Amino acid sequence: MAEHDVDVVVIGGGPGGYVAAIRASQLGLKAAVVERENLGGICLNWGCIPTKALLRSAEVKHLIDHAKDFGITVGKAEIDLNAVVERSRGVAKRLSSGISHLMKKNKIAVFMASASLGGMAKGKRQVKLDNGDMINAKSVILATGARARALPGIEANGETIVTYRDAMTPKTMPKTLIVVGSGAIGIEFASFYADMGVQVTVIEAMDRILPAEDDEISAMAAKSFTNRGLTLMTGAKLGAVKAGKGVTAEVTHQGKTQRLTADRMILAVGITANTDCIGLEQTKVKIDRGHVITDGSMRTDEPGVYAIGDMTGAPWLAHKASHEGIIAAEHIAGLGEGHGVKKTDIPGCTYCRPQVASVGLSEKAAIAAGHDIKVGRFPFLANGKAIALGDEDGMIKTIFDAKTGELLGAHMIGPEVTELIQGYVVAKKLETTEEDLMHTIFPHPTLSEAMHESVLDAFDKAIHF
Amino acid sequence: MAIVTMPALSPTMTEGKLSKWLVQEGDDVRSGDVIAEIETDKAVMEVEALDDGKITTIVIAEGTESVAVGTTIAEILGDGEDSALSSSGAKEAAPASTASQAPEEPKEQANEAPVAAPVAPSAKPSPVASPADQSGERIFASPLARRIAEDRRIDLASLKGSGPRGRIIKADLENVGSTVTASTPQAVMPMQTGDDSSVIEHTQMRKVIADRLQQSMQDSPHFYVNMDIDIGQMLTARKALNDHAPEGVKISVNDMIVKAAATALMRVPEVNASWEGTQTRRFHHADISVAVAIEGGLITPIIRHADEKGLEAISSEVAALAKKAHDGKLAPEEYTGGSFTISNLGMFGVTSFTAVINPPQAAILAIGAGEERAVVRNGQLAVATMMTATLSSDHRVIDGATAARFMKVFKDIVENPVLALA
Repeated sequence: MAEHDVDVVVIGGGPGGYVAAIRASQLGLKAAVVERENLGGICLNWGCIPTKALLRSAEVKHLIDHAKDFGITVGKAEIDLNAVVERSRGVAKRLSSGISHLMKKNKIAVFMASASLGGMAKGKRQVKLDNGDMINAKSVILATGARARALPGIEANGETIVTYRDAMTPKTMPKTLIVVGSGAIGIEFASFYADMGVQVTVIEAMDRILPAEDDEISAMAAKSFTNRGLTLMTGAKLGAVKAGKGVTAEVTHQGKTQRLTADRMILAVGITANTDCIGLEQTKVKIDRGHVITDGSMRTDEPGVYAIGDMTGAPWLAHKASHEGIIAAEHIAGLGEGHGVKKTDIPGCTYCRPQVASVGLSEKAAIAAGHDIKVGRFPFLANGKAIALGDEDGMIKTIFDAKTGELLGAHMIGPEVTELIQGYVVAKKLETTEEDLMHTIFPHPTLSEAMHESVLDAFDKAIHF
Repeated sequence: MAIVTMPALSPTMTEGKLSKWLVQEGDDVRSGDVIAEIETDKAVMEVEALDDGKITTIVIAEGTESVAVGTTIAEILGDGEDSALSSSGAKEAAPASTASQAPEEPKEQANEAPVAAPVAPSAKPSPVASPADQSGERIFASPLARRIAEDRRIDLASLKGSGPRGRIIKADLENVGSTVTASTPQAVMPMQTGDDSSVIEHTQMRKVIADRLQQSMQDSPHFYVNMDIDIGQMLTARKALNDHAPEGVKISVNDMIVKAAATALMRVPEVNASWEGTQTRRFHHADISVAVAIEGGLITPIIRHADEKGLEAISSEVAALAKKAHDGKLAPEEYTGGSFTISNLGMFGVTSFTAVINPPQAAILAIGAGEERAVVRNGQLAVATMMTATLSSDHRVIDGATAARFMKVFKDIVENPVLALA
């Protein structure tokens, strides 16, 4: 059993944890990361990145299927599922080893183990590793992330009923698929499998898909998916699910209970923070509805213990975790009190087809918050670049406070909007008003012109619509 | 070549008004020539040229208020030297708002423009305009913060930004009330133009008086304790002292009151204090601020360590400081940082009055006129020379009984001047 003395130990090597460790190291602190599985966490190994690789394959397939529209004649696209999955795994692996390199470069000790918080000894927090080692740290950053939430009575078996991991490493393509849950994860899988030729049914308990998005965006996404042949059952209640050769699910939808059968079911009904088995029970760390409570500097109620990322609550996004990691590291290094992460400054992206991206308040939320608002909309069908791309499904919606001109929210659906959203994120962070956005010169011809036009439209000045 | 910048006339000075240029562009100056006058909180100071040469550019116009220390105000060039101020940049470096600012003070303005617009933001600022405070320093604020500030009439220059590099952001404006004082145009009821009123531009001094006294009445809970004091003994002592005083020294009643108050403060040190929010500071010496009425306002030069000084020293110091005050030549150190103030309106025949505490001090003593009054002594009516003194105290610092005790000690000393020797 070895003992290690560090300034900061980060438990969890995901996008929150490894970023916190690098920032701590940059600030001259001796940092260590404890990771039980893969550096890069879910995001890099089993989430954001590998699914983007899968969706790229789906996009290529989609383009080939429509090559004729662009004057190119090709044969029928054939899917080599193993190669698709292998490419996705390769991308994840490459990035994970990149994180190892970053750890070395920043002289961060990495312990591949599970860890739990111990008591204090000589002014330092003891962190026990399951390999018998002990780390003594002045500060601890908890960054253990989250796991897929289970639905009572429905057990994932890895074959016919699966969660994200098995969903992104299919050995065979099902003919029919039920996706339970229409948040970002569920919808991305639905979109991927649909593009790969699978008959997909989405079951959502809320009254619309992508329920975190603005109503109008949800509606447009639903229309687009329905046109692609997906079946969307919103406001649906999932009853008994039976696994056999395939899967049979009882679903109550629009007052009628029906039995759906499919080859496979993907469960994507949210996530649960990993707060068990890390020794929180003996501490003052406060947990409310499954999430660790922190202050603006990411401190928990236990002195010297910080928490970041998925375990501190929604939105469960890698970039939120990374940002919180930096706040925690900077606080530990004595750079002063942090101000947490403002939820309305956190963009959200869903990489389905068409893509969806947003930041800030939805129209409903803005009104509920008491704002007198101005709303701008601009459809991609009036954008030259989108037409040239042959990808004109979608629109950009912007919401401003009528009085102050504050950009309250931006909601996009359409081509490459996940890359476009950051323009509004920067604008929001810098607290620009509509005037600044109106006077900004957007390059022509780009999809981003639709961002400009949407702002202009909010003040009845749109040029091209 | 020399750039003339706004000088710091005291360690604490951050800005001042460029009240007057004594030279014009094109004038030749020699090092040491007085070229401009600067008006700070309470004093007018002279700016001297530090180099020989020609005044080529006056950057800050006469009458410009709140010029930040260090701002370029003019350029002096020697023969054949090139301007460091780019030809077009020089004038532009001057704050855009200066042109419309009040040129001189205190100026009675004729009625055609009763609502001058010196510092108010224009109704609709250009989105590309780089906002500047009154001294021309760029204020870093987000566009949204600027919009909200304009809307809620908050002076951005009064805020400290919490954004990156001190940028003012929306959050900094939350819980901030309007900081644009009521004297700015929008707040003033539109006055009828005509011959029955005139507008007086506020001098720097008037603004300071307004701000500080308003702050005092808003922040410190004032209470008042007064006492009638027989000054007969003091007048006798004064006469004796003056009879023996050296040539040129004439001790006044006020000088003796300063000394009596200083002595009383040493005996009741709770009054010689100031409120500092989380703590109270108690001073070990009586630094007595003496209110002196001067043209356009008042100023309070300080007799430092009055508790340690003799009457002659106090007397000559008061006289010297009062003269400087009337001439507008007090150095800032001479009127900032006292521990207690005495305001005497006795010379106007005022019987008694209450004064507003001079923050951050905790008390001010208001002295009325000495006058013969009928008093009852041993059951008999008698005539005595009496004076009514009123102590205004900040109740956060001074309790009622403490104030009363101070007044009692003060009364005892005035009535028995010999006690001041004890």
